[in-house]
Amino acid sequence: MDYFLTEEQKMIQELTEQIAREKIRPVRAELDESEQFPWEIMRILAQADLFGLYIPEQYGGMGGGIFENCLAVEKLGAACIGIATSFAASGLGAYPILLFGSEEMKQKYLPQIASGKRLAAFGLTEPGAGSDVSGIRTTAVKDGDSYILNGSKQWITNGGESEIYSVLAITDKAKGPRGASFFVVETGDPGFSFGKKEKKLGIRASATRELIFQDCRIPADRLIAKEGMGFVIAMKTFDKSRPGIGALGVGLAQGALDVAVEYARKRVQFDKPIISFQAIQHKLADMATKTEASRALIYSVARYMDSEPREVSKVAAMAKLYAGDVAMEVATNAVQVLGGYGYMKDYPVEKMMRDAKILQIYEGTNEIQRNIIGQELNKEYGRLKESFF
Amino acid sequence: MHIVVCIKQVPDTKNVRIDPDTHTLVRQGVESIINPFDMFAVEGALKIKDENGARVTVLTMGPPQAAEALRDTLGLGADDAVLLSDRAFAGSDTWATSTTLAAAVRKMGDVDLVICGKQAVDGDTAQVGPEMAALLDVPFATFVKKIDVARSGSITVHRQTDEGTEVWKVQLPALVTVIKELGEPRVPSLRHKMRAKKAEIAVWGNSELGLDPNSTGLCGSFTQVVRVFSPQRRGSRVQLEGSIENQVEQLFQYLKKARVPGL
Repeated sequence: MDYFLTEEQKMIQELTEQIAREKIRPVRAELDESEQFPWEIMRILAQADLFGLYIPEQYGGMGGGIFENCLAVEKLGAACIGIATSFAASGLGAYPILLFGSEEMKQKYLPQIASGKRLAAFGLTEPGAGSDVSGIRTTAVKDGDSYILNGSKQWITNGGESEIYSVLAITDKAKGPRGASFFVVETGDPGFSFGKKEKKLGIRASATRELIFQDCRIPADRLIAKEGMGFVIAMKTFDKSRPGIGALGVGLAQGALDVAVEYARKRVQFDKPIISFQAIQHKLADMATKTEASRALIYSVARYMDSEPREVSKVAAMAKLYAGDVAMEVATNAVQVLGGYGYMKDYPVEKMMRDAKILQIYEGTNEIQRNIIGQELNKEYGRLKESFF
Repeated sequence: MHIVVCIKQVPDTKNVRIDPDTHTLVRQGVESIINPFDMFAVEGALKIKDENGARVTVLTMGPPQAAEALRDTLGLGADDAVLLSDRAFAGSDTWATSTTLAAAVRKMGDVDLVICGKQAVDGDTAQVGPEMAALLDVPFATFVKKIDVARSGSITVHRQTDEGTEVWKVQLPALVTVIKELGEPRVPSLRHKMRAKKAEIAVWGNSELGLDPNSTGLCGSFTQVVRVFSPQRRGSRVQLEGSIENQVEQLFQYLKKARVPGL
């Protein structure tokens, strides 16, 4: 399919495809096995200017948008979404600063993030607050020119590897959801430490750790925007980042489809390549159709969002929901096409199937995405004067 | 510091076929790549640029489409590129090639270091680098795996030889040919790639170089390919079998029968 990309967008695809082919594919199985953080690949992505794709040029970025970032993430994700997640998580951590930070804060942090010299991360989830963000307990109390943070964040992607963290904490418990605020916390801040590295089903090259704040004192100017803006910042950040998660799904589905079709053409049973059997053909046809539909949706949503419309929550949720579900389905079916070989670690689809599951869970479970879409539909149709009966 | 890297476009050796009638390389439909050893040369130059600061110019001689290979090296971070392209250069052997490349380096004037791959994977002669050094009258080191730049207008190079590693101090200007151990070539960066896309690549013909027409191309070549052929299959072969002692005995008797002197 031709998606009428610009020269620059094609260049992003070309470059990320080269990195995926030459640098990621040869090491993905090993990093999955050893659970080592892919620092060498992060260095390559940094040298290739990719960490700054969506960051404006005045802050050292490439001045692209969500779409450009999606194109990169898709190609990297086709090789390994564990590694691509480590890359994308820095963007998630950067968005609160990019969208709501003061000019001074942007000048300080964005060039470091854009150059890939320092990775960022996003700290929201807590043991008691996942889908229900209002359950967060981490507090930030103002003390003169400082804030003092106490509490912990759970399952933070890039935790312990990143140096810049956007962290959500309660500044005024009485105000409920309006009492939360975002802060920038840096590695080395007093009272800031990390828990153990989590063992995971998939995306094992990515690092997931607990962030621990024990009387963690940070300068007051690390507050992003104003007190009480926390939930708004979280929601706007997720709106921006969700198409990227969808793009990881498109990449993973494409990667699994590529392996499945190549295998089906070569594998001979009953004296014929198995792709000649309809049972396999139909499976591959559905996998290919859904992968392309998923890509078309992600590209449309990303381009639409780059035009900066007012309401994006519904389409951003659709992008994440659909591409994540398709990735899970396509990866599962790729394993089925490869049969016993697919179940073994000698072929990459076993890893892809384990990896795909996270796409339905992180950055808002797919159930939460359906909630968002449902609520937005209710609002949208409530505003209409017209009846369709 | 001004570094010139010489590169060559070669057929992708992974898909090379030989025409059974003409015994020449089938070039049609075979993708051209930059000679892999030249990619190590580019990487070596860019490393020096990263660490010490340098201007890197990439130089090649070839048909107009060789400009694409130069563009690829600009995408990696080289500063400038020069293509030597002229009908008068066609049919060059290694000497005529070296003559032409050396003339271009001389025309640039301010070159401190020339880096070449140790050899090209199509011809495998490993002659062009040393010949250029001779023509430029500068010291050279071959099979280099490490280059350290000193402040005093010299470099220290580590040469890989069959016996081990030799460490040489080489006065600049100089020429080195490099091997894989110098470092894996980097991937392009988006900024460099974008700049490369729009970059004007200088094309120099013989009117720019001003060489005697008798010293370039086919006329300037001491060697000419008269005929290309595949070696005949050897007729008789003897395979020895049995225990090692037994095989040695058989071999000894065989050589004795063949009247090998001293046996």
